Amino acid sequence: MTDVIAPPSPVIETEAPELHLPPESGGHDHTPHGHDHGGHEAHGPSGILKWLTSTDHKVIGLSYMITSIVMFYLAGIMALLIRLQLTSPHSSLLTFGQYNELFTMHGSLMLYLFAGPFAFGGLANFIVPLQIGAPDMAFPRLNALSYWLYLGGSITMLMGFLVAGGAASFGWVAYAPLSSATSSPGAGGDLWIMALALTGFSAIFTGVNLVGTIFYLRAPGMTMFRMPIFTWNMLVTGILILIAFPVLTAALIMLFADRHFGTHIYTAVGCHLVSGATTASCGSPLLWQNLFWFFGHPEVYILALPFFGIVTEVLPVFSRKPVFGYKGMVFATMGIAALSTGVWAHHMFTTGAVLLPFFSFLSLLIAVPTGIKFFNWIGTMWRGQLKFNTPMLFCIGFLFAFLMGGVTGIMLAAPPIDFATHDTYFVVAHFHQVLFGTAVFAGFAGLYYWYPKMFGRMLRDSLGKWHFWLMFIGFWVTFMPQYVVGLLGMPRRVASYPSDLGWQSYNIVSTVGAFIIAASFAVLLANFVISWRNPIPAGNNPWDAHTLEWFTTSPPPHHNYTHLPPIRSERPTWDYNHPDDLTVPHGKDAHPKAKVTSA
Amino acid sequence: MKLEAMFLLFLGAFFGLVGLVYWFWSYEDGGTMMLAGTAALGFLPGSYYYFWHRRMGKRVEDRDDASIEEGAGVIESFPSTSIWPFVLGMGAFLTVLSLVFGIWLIFLGIPLILSALTGVTAESRRGGHV
Repeated sequence: MTDVIAPPSPVIETEAPELHLPPESGGHDHTPHGHDHGGHEAHGPSGILKWLTSTDHKVIGLSYMITSIVMFYLAGIMALLIRLQLTSPHSSLLTFGQYNELFTMHGSLMLYLFAGPFAFGGLANFIVPLQIGAPDMAFPRLNALSYWLYLGGSITMLMGFLVAGGAASFGWVAYAPLSSATSSPGAGGDLWIMALALTGFSAIFTGVNLVGTIFYLRAPGMTMFRMPIFTWNMLVTGILILIAFPVLTAALIMLFADRHFGTHIYTAVGCHLVSGATTASCGSPLLWQNLFWFFGHPEVYILALPFFGIVTEVLPVFSRKPVFGYKGMVFATMGIAALSTGVWAHHMFTTGAVLLPFFSFLSLLIAVPTGIKFFNWIGTMWRGQLKFNTPMLFCIGFLFAFLMGGVTGIMLAAPPIDFATHDTYFVVAHFHQVLFGTAVFAGFAGLYYWYPKMFGRMLRDSLGKWHFWLMFIGFWVTFMPQYVVGLLGMPRRVASYPSDLGWQSYNIVSTVGAFIIAASFAVLLANFVISWRNPIPAGNNPWDAHTLEWFTTSPPPHHNYTHLPPIRSERPTWDYNHPDDLTVPHGKDAHPKAKVTSA
Repeated sequence: MKLEAMFLLFLGAFFGLVGLVYWFWSYEDGGTMMLAGTAALGFLPGSYYYFWHRRMGKRVEDRDDASIEEGAGVIESFPSTSIWPFVLGMGAFLTVLSLVFGIWLIFLGIPLILSALTGVTAESRRGGHV
């Protein structure tokens, strides 16, 4: 039996708690000791007070996940209303104003309050410290503050539906001057701005926490090139957050100043012509687009990279192989992140005010590292012993969905195609395939995969497969017609359309698909309820998975570990459980196989 | 710490290069400023980490042959449960709402923020909780 070395044993304190590693090996037991799993919180508050006061990354991560999934369901209901409106050319289900509010809030909830927080607030919060052998996040109270700011921001955004004038209705991108006080008066727009400011600070604090945790709290032997790919991706995501979100927050403050303090940062009002040219102090609506997309395009990858990480965790486990091209995956992640920050203006091609070849070239270049990832994902599955459990099915669904979204993304990176399809349903279909492919397919792959670790019980695999197949079918039925109707010329963000252009049949099919997706998420709810009422115990490692989080108990104890295995590869749990099939080291960072001790 | 430092320095170098190309191609100052700021975001912490790498050498988490017991001792001080992040979050929530619904809300929000900042500082000094 492999030697199990000293755990980072949590110390019971009532004050000034410090975490110690015992000086010598704690024992030779495969299973972490069961004593004192509660740490100091075992003696702390319980019930709602525990939830309000916890600084444990697992409690905070679960809070993030539950809140973000509630936001996902709310935004999904909005999507159904939008789709119902479009089943007939001149539907009276919603007023134009209500329709504008719904598509604005649907996008805002999905992007700002579900996809990002679910990934970097929820899954990363819960999983990253476990994957690197850390007892908690580096700044636990800052972590808790991040969640409360996020919850406050979520409530603030939803409050828009309760105020006179309704919620924000200028789209999730809030283009100036449409988002000005003149064009969009009322408290709804202000609440939207304040909600994003709160969630923006929340994201920045989470980014700081992720980077700090990964840089400073790795277990001995957990070198950077032994970190699981999910953790690598969260590190890169954390840095992208620190690049992107401050720009958004600053832009929002200026937007609020424009709306209420009489500034004209994003509006041309008040400009004076001096010798035929506008003065230098004149505001510019394009400034908003530049600032917003400098946030917005990295944001797309802030939403994608964590989910790429999930897929890279799940595929090797259900292929019973190490990940193919580990370092290639890491460098591809870095390449995608770096390039994504230099392509913001490809959303602005049609303004005529951006450098087309520069932004087009960099946008097309992103296909290279993304292609490397696809190649490596396929290489990971190639000749593997594939097991088609629910997480694996969702990952395969992701591969198809994201490939389609990615290919149409390459098309849109070419200015001539972008000019033809800008602001049509072709773009709507493209970004839904990208974001649904990542945040939903891969996101729920992660949920099914790590749910046993979080709760110590399994979700039902049969219901999970029903969930997957309904969602997979619904996904294609919903979004493929949108490509076609976009190419036929249907613009986005319209509540009615001419009845003689042949668009209605595509919209009806798309709506049917949306309801199939909705049915799939009813199955997920049923799965939660059934699995909770009739639990099937998960054990520590139900998937025979590879990475460190599967070494500890399910759910993990407070401060996560009572024992740690030797870390000699990126698959320490696999190496520990399979001493006859040790991971082949890669590169000079690797440790010789012979030095991995086994009894 | 070296790899972490090089990672950030590479980020700075990449965006410095992209910023230069962008500036000399477009002479557009807004985008160039954002790229320059991003380059600084890589260079500043990257240089800091590199400085500490030179002083500290390799940590146990940087060595591929490190054993778990080499990390024996205090890992870090972690706070126990704390109500103050919640209080601070609610204070911030009410304060931003005051900008929408009326300044009177600030009289609820700011005291919460101040009490949370005081509380969390005292809690850190004394090591107590809740």
